[in-house]
Amino acid sequence: MNARERMLGRLRAAAPAQVSGDELERLDQRIDLHYDSRRAALPTHALVESMQAALTASHAEVSRATDRTWPALIAQRLRDANVKRLLLDTSRAEGAALKQALPASVATRHYDQPIENWKGELFDTIDAGFTVARSGLASTGTLIVAPDAGSPRTMSLVPPLHIALVYAHSLHADLHAAMRAEHWQAGMPTNLVMISGPSKTSDIQQTLAYGAHGPRELWVVIVEHQTDAAAATDGDAA
Amino acid sequence: MNATPMHFVPSRDFKARARAALDDPKLRSSFRGAMDFLQTKRRAQFPDDDELQHLPDLLVQLEENLTARGVHVHWAETAAEANEIIHGIVQTHDAKRVIKGKSMASEEIELNHYLEARGIDCIESDMGEYIVQLAHEKPSHIVMPAIHKTKADIAGLFEQHIPDTRYTEDVDELIQTGRRALRRAFVDADIGLSGVNFAAADTGTLWLVENEGNGRLSTTVPDVHIAIMGMEKVVEKLSHIVPLSSLLTRSATGQAITTYFNLITGPRREGERDGPREMHVVLLDNGRTQAYADEQLRATLQCIRCGACMNHCPVYTRIGGHAYGTTYPGPIGKIISPHLLGLEETADLPTASSLCGACGEVCPVRIPIPELLVRLRTEANRDPHEVVAHPLRGQGAKFSREEQFVWRFWSGAFAHPRAYKVLRWAATRLRAFAPKHQMGWTRHREPLKPAARSLHDLMRERGQPE
Repeated sequence: MNARERMLGRLRAAAPAQVSGDELERLDQRIDLHYDSRRAALPTHALVESMQAALTASHAEVSRATDRTWPALIAQRLRDANVKRLLLDTSRAEGAALKQALPASVATRHYDQPIENWKGELFDTIDAGFTVARSGLASTGTLIVAPDAGSPRTMSLVPPLHIALVYAHSLHADLHAAMRAEHWQAGMPTNLVMISGPSKTSDIQQTLAYGAHGPRELWVVIVEHQTDAAAATDGDAA
Repeated sequence: MNATPMHFVPSRDFKARARAALDDPKLRSSFRGAMDFLQTKRRAQFPDDDELQHLPDLLVQLEENLTARGVHVHWAETAAEANEIIHGIVQTHDAKRVIKGKSMASEEIELNHYLEARGIDCIESDMGEYIVQLAHEKPSHIVMPAIHKTKADIAGLFEQHIPDTRYTEDVDELIQTGRRALRRAFVDADIGLSGVNFAAADTGTLWLVENEGNGRLSTTVPDVHIAIMGMEKVVEKLSHIVPLSSLLTRSATGQAITTYFNLITGPRREGERDGPREMHVVLLDNGRTQAYADEQLRATLQCIRCGACMNHCPVYTRIGGHAYGTTYPGPIGKIISPHLLGLEETADLPTASSLCGACGEVCPVRIPIPELLVRLRTEANRDPHEVVAHPLRGQGAKFSREEQFVWRFWSGAFAHPRAYKVLRWAATRLRAFAPKHQMGWTRHREPLKPAARSLHDLMRERGQPE
């Protein structure tokens, strides 16, 4: 008998009778009820505001822009921050749009080869990484980032500045809502990261410090469609 | 009771009314019945969801789903076995450098020590763990490992151990120094090792919770990722981790969410450009099945390692984490360590509690810690030869015939009125013979002496019946 069989054998000897499917269903229902009953149905602009407030509280810099204005906005900020080398994915429309808007002072780099071929360069020479979040969680100010071939995991992790684009219409109220709406149980990517601010630590005498091992800075641009943004402004005015 | 309408009445008659109520068996039985009913109803509204009930099935399901995604699953019965398995993986890759994300399970098996003795460089990358490693110490808190160190201590350590570092107590600068010192270690590491906060059996996903990003780096940059987890960390569905992760972050550090939730479902796939090419999960028993065997002690395994119990413990607050001498200090350490190490080594730990109940009250997963402490004390004092259904390793480690005799004598005297009367008579009349030295008590206090007259005597004098 090997370790696996011995461990399982001891557990099975002690495990009570089989739990019925009903019981499991009740647990799912209780979790759903807990979150559903506490969640207000918010319109998109309220989700955007909540997202912005929570992310700002976590030390991220948040801007709002429309689908036409965001590339210029980021380009301007990159110039101001004196960013020299930006990692982005030009195979995505957003990456291509940003590249076009960039000033000459910002060089771009594409994640075009496996990490082991350029680890040193990635760690030492890239100032910023630009990614598009799959969605976001408004209540906690969280980006949901699902890395893929064009935007690998380290793109939002290794450069000291992470710039993330998140679409207002992709925002969920909370993690429970996101997981259900996006059918996470149907299959997960190899890596899915929830990011709620720049890297931080309180490990030295409970003093909060940013930029521990991940990005020191996180810029988030929440993109609203021209029409949505106008509607929200009208709503505020009324 | 009278039939006139009831009004609020003066409280000075409370005693008389209480006496009358106690003498009314019908009233007592209806209250008892009603309260039992309401207690049961309330209980049903706050059920304990015991996913542990099907732990063996969940582990098998997790193993299947991990294996289907190309993850190698290992089962380790003991700390020694886990170390051997990990060392084996390291040797297969001829690896020299291991970078570690925070993992209490790896502390529990003393992995660093094991690997270093075999010439493998093992670097802790969590800031707190790194500081503790530089100081050749052990974590003193499960969430904040270097909580016992001041910034002056850390400034000195960094100045001494990290090249080109000046002494500074500026925390931002210290953190940037730590970042700089460890950056190269992530690049150079052959293997990344991490713990696991939760594992979802249905999707084969490992869920890691952190703030610094070192966990993400350790599990992403090196070519091989080894995750070690206590076997109780598996839950049935990914969706069940939503409330658990929220309980964890709120209880541990008062955050609604931490900076990173890192969900890993298998190694790098075809076409992806980073992430480990090879992934291993080590499922660790190390005494957990002993806790599982006993229905009451099984609750120990619900722990999500948030540390709230130690943060609220009056004993932990006074003695700190190192005094316990175990990987897990504080209340959770007192109830888990006897299973990991046996009661011979740990029998004193469950006694380091006033049973004030704070730990049980703040526990987000409602482990009845005080009850478990009492139970472990009982097991430590049980006759080592007594045969019980689920014997604990080290049963009877504190067993003493003398003590058993005193207790038996004591309970016998209290159970038999005549014996008690004789004892009472003797204690009050022979009080002058009370010993002057009463072991620990008289080190700081006056010796105890029975009173000249017993409570019974006093009550009799006041005309109260015995």
